Amino acid sequence: MLPVLLLTFALALSAPVLVARLGRRAFWILALGPAAAAGYALASTTAVLDGRYPVTSIPWVPGLDLSLDLRLDALSWLMLLVVGGVGALVLVYCSAYFARDAFGTGRFAATLTAFSGAMIGLVVADDLLLLFVFWELTTVFSYLLIGHYADRKASRRAAMQAIVVTTAGGLVMLVGLIVLGVSTGTWRLSEVVAAPPTGTAAVVASLCLVAGAATKSALVPFHFWLPAAMAAPTPVSAYLHAAAMVKAGVYLVARFAPGLSGEPVWRWSVVALGGATLLVGGYRALRQHDLKLVLAFGTVSQLGLLVLLLGLGTRAAALAGLALLGAHAMFKATMFLVVGAVDVATGTRDLRRLSGLWRAMPVTAAAGLLATASMIGVPPTAGYVAKEAALEGLWHDVTHGADALEVAALAAVVVGSILTVTYGLRFWWGAFGTKASPADGGAPDGGTPAVPHRRQPVLLVAPPAVLALGGLLVALVPSAGERVLAPYADTYPAGDPGHLVLWGGLTPALATSAVVLAAGAVLFWQRVRVERWQSAMPSPRGADVVYRRSMRRLDDLAADVTGATQRGSLPFYLGIVLVVLAVAPGAVILSGLLSGSTVAVDVVPWDRPAQAAVVGIVVVAAVLATRARRRLKAVVLVGVAGYANAALFLLHGAPDLALTQVLVETVTLVVLVLVLRRLPPYFTDRPLAASRWVRLALGVTTGVVMMALTLAAPLARVQQPISVDFPAESVEYGSGRNIVNVTLVDIRAWDTVGELSVLLVAATGVASLVFLRQRSGAVLRLSRAPGADRDDGGPRRGVWLAAGRTLTPERRSVMFEIVTRLVFHAMVVFALFLLFSGHNSTGGGFAAGMVVGIALAVRYLAGGRYELGEAMPVPPGLLLGTGLFLSAGVGLVALLGGNEVLESFTYDVHVPLLGDVHLVTSLFFDVGVMLLVVGLVLDLLRTLGAEIDRQGELPENVVAVVGEGSR
Amino acid sequence: MIVLENTPSAVLVLAVGVLCGAGVYLLLERPLTRVLLGFILLSNGVNLMLLVAGGRAGASPIVGNAGDEPMSDPLAQAMTLTAIVITLGLSAFILALAYRSWQLHGHDEVADDVEDRRVARQAALNAPAYEDADAAETGESLDEEAATVHDEVAGDDAGTEAGR
Repeated sequence: MLPVLLLTFALALSAPVLVARLGRRAFWILALGPAAAAGYALASTTAVLDGRYPVTSIPWVPGLDLSLDLRLDALSWLMLLVVGGVGALVLVYCSAYFARDAFGTGRFAATLTAFSGAMIGLVVADDLLLLFVFWELTTVFSYLLIGHYADRKASRRAAMQAIVVTTAGGLVMLVGLIVLGVSTGTWRLSEVVAAPPTGTAAVVASLCLVAGAATKSALVPFHFWLPAAMAAPTPVSAYLHAAAMVKAGVYLVARFAPGLSGEPVWRWSVVALGGATLLVGGYRALRQHDLKLVLAFGTVSQLGLLVLLLGLGTRAAALAGLALLGAHAMFKATMFLVVGAVDVATGTRDLRRLSGLWRAMPVTAAAGLLATASMIGVPPTAGYVAKEAALEGLWHDVTHGADALEVAALAAVVVGSILTVTYGLRFWWGAFGTKASPADGGAPDGGTPAVPHRRQPVLLVAPPAVLALGGLLVALVPSAGERVLAPYADTYPAGDPGHLVLWGGLTPALATSAVVLAAGAVLFWQRVRVERWQSAMPSPRGADVVYRRSMRRLDDLAADVTGATQRGSLPFYLGIVLVVLAVAPGAVILSGLLSGSTVAVDVVPWDRPAQAAVVGIVVVAAVLATRARRRLKAVVLVGVAGYANAALFLLHGAPDLALTQVLVETVTLVVLVLVLRRLPPYFTDRPLAASRWVRLALGVTTGVVMMALTLAAPLARVQQPISVDFPAESVEYGSGRNIVNVTLVDIRAWDTVGELSVLLVAATGVASLVFLRQRSGAVLRLSRAPGADRDDGGPRRGVWLAAGRTLTPERRSVMFEIVTRLVFHAMVVFALFLLFSGHNSTGGGFAAGMVVGIALAVRYLAGGRYELGEAMPVPPGLLLGTGLFLSAGVGLVALLGGNEVLESFTYDVHVPLLGDVHLVTSLFFDVGVMLLVVGLVLDLLRTLGAEIDRQGELPENVVAVVGEGSR
Repeated sequence: MIVLENTPSAVLVLAVGVLCGAGVYLLLERPLTRVLLGFILLSNGVNLMLLVAGGRAGASPIVGNAGDEPMSDPLAQAMTLTAIVITLGLSAFILALAYRSWQLHGHDEVADDVEDRRVARQAALNAPAYEDADAAETGESLDEEAATVHDEVAGDDAGTEAGR
């Protein structure tokens, strides 16, 4: 079974290529998938008859109890034959049906083939969850097929409606399957059915499964999606809406009925839904004028009958249901294909515009006649055999003391069958009959009836003819059918076994059949009156209107919820986040304080007295920063607080932190000031709103809660910290004495790699916000500066900075240029010192990169953007990429030696002149860190410095255009 | 040897509270520059908090430098160090946003989301916020709708269009 499944899905994947290469003929190859499935079913017939069901079992997701369990018993055999056989014929039919240059044929072919694959999987799945997976796959593919003409509103609406309804039912079914799996302890379908649960679990599972089947098989009150789905291409209707997809619900009922039909709730719901659907579908089929709609409502009706028979729980009804299942697939698919042929020939499906086609299309008309005969139950057809068996079984039970439910079922079947006869005759007469007058249903506009004007390709005629003849042939040997289907029907718990026969003697069932045929014929004869009566009857508001109204209510609800929660205000969102931050822990602390259940926390005034002085600076700077109206003032105050923080780090015994904080604060200040050049000097003047007090309250509360958390944090420590081992480890494994640095490049190197990627992303984000259309501008070398060609080229003696002359004279400062010239190289050397010594004393890649960055910033400030290009003539992306590669990529090298990623090694190399060199591989990591940080700072200088300079020098209107470009 | 005592010191706790409080106050403002400054202050406060939670002050965590004095916790420091550098990256990003906002609108204030406001307005009116074909009632009967749907069938491409 698995190879067949895989073959079909592989064909589906290759369908677009095949169609592009072979055109419509590709459908012939695609038909091999479902044909193989049908062939496999036929080949396994003997095994299935002997009860040696083929089984495949491959574990898939053991944690979810999901495995590829496939099993071919008699029911699966029948379904596989139907799905595969009809599928293959429909695919062949497609090759003649669609226009050569029809829109999206490749996609359509792929989806239809994939659908048949999903259907094959569905009917052989023996795992509850696998069944669900395939079930939902059929839903998704059917959505794509119904919405094939996505440019048409009707198609989109129908597709959306179908997927919403069937998915909702599918989810309910999933609940039922899980209830079954959990309550029985096995996820094997066959085992669940053999030993079904009892009590509440059985009731819940029954209701959920019937709900799933009702949505999938278009039972009342979910029947409305099926007629609307006729917006799909006709071959899709023939396959999905006659033989396959809608049969999934019927299959589900048949599959679980042997286990669950003992539950009263199962029987009642199945009979109620099935019976109502049988009657509603039949009644509404009488009123349609579009042939496909006649068939659609007819299908709804027949699905109701199938569910009724297969769900009732008695053996005779089940046997009749199985026979009808096969018969229905054949006759209904035939009828849809016949409508397609009529549509191709005449260009219309309106039965009021068709007349006398039986003469022009004799073969098609004959196939249609056979199918109709089978549907309405004229002997000797498969439909007759099945319906006769159903009536026989029901009569037998009713006369042998069945309950009221079965009497109701019999009544529904009889009335439904009369309606079936009527709309069946109406269908054939509508498609092929000769209409005399408009009163008789002739062309509504008084125009001429449509006539066939296109030739009939054999592939358009043969598939329906084959299916129609099939319906005749199987009926001639009913005992063979009984032999194959009876074993499954006998697994039902109740009732006497039924029989499939062509002639069972003069029985009440035969008499009923005769009455049904006669009554149906009379109704058809009186069709004008019936139609008039129907249009005079008040028609209740359709279920689809109810559906649309509830979708509208859902939209309203969604809009209300969105309107209430998504206010669009950033301060509001931030406020919510902060209120949660302050309220959740704050409430815990407060309740503890009030109830007196808190543990006393120890506090010391300070670790070192100098801390108090520095904290004073922090407090004053932070408070003043909140009150500043001038941008520069606020920035400088925040900078002061940052530097003071660095001092606190130093006093705490964290020199690396202090160094990094000072450097970062410096770069931040430089970059902020660079941008502030362009922004207005004052913050926007805003009236003192009440919101200010809210912000103040929120700020104070957050501050207090954070203080409380800081005080409470020590209480959380119940174990010795992991870092007690760090000193020994960093010397032994990391070969470094600066524990913080070793932690960064070795012990917790993965953290650092993650951080480096964040930096890279941030740098890229900044660049793309400013450069807009590219990752970064060109490297601004001096040779490209305006006016550079006037120079004789080459650095001249007596010039401190090469690019200084690109600045306007009033922006130049000779002192600054001289100082820059003197300190730049010293700073770079200092950075290298920090890099190499960082492993053993204060320093490291971060600090080194920052120092190089500040050196570059000094060059830029003194000499302008061309000076920056001269100082670092590479694009920042190169530095960022190389840095990340060195730190993360080189870490992978350790894998080659069979070690952990990012594990470091020590090499002692003897170099002449220098003596013994102690080389640790984590140095590469640190070099990478340095390069990345240099790249980040360079990126900031180039974007927020140089590019903003350039944009500032452009005329106003050009800047406006630059701004427009990104909207 | 690492400092194992982690009793917080009051002045540092005060610094954490003030930095976070001031940061939040600024963060809730409209101008992006102030939001950015608030973000920097808040980050500084949280960095300090991490360090305080790691334990009391000690010698610098460099093996061999400390002598007998216990060293401050290096793990908290390593984490804080990465946080400091990330703050730089994020600050630069917000700054670029502020600049871009100024470039587009002439100011750096965060405006309310226009689309969110529109949805809220429509919701208040109970009007549909967007077009949903699935919920629309066209009033067309199935028959009328079916008449508009026709497959691209064989023969359509054979020049027989006139025969329709």
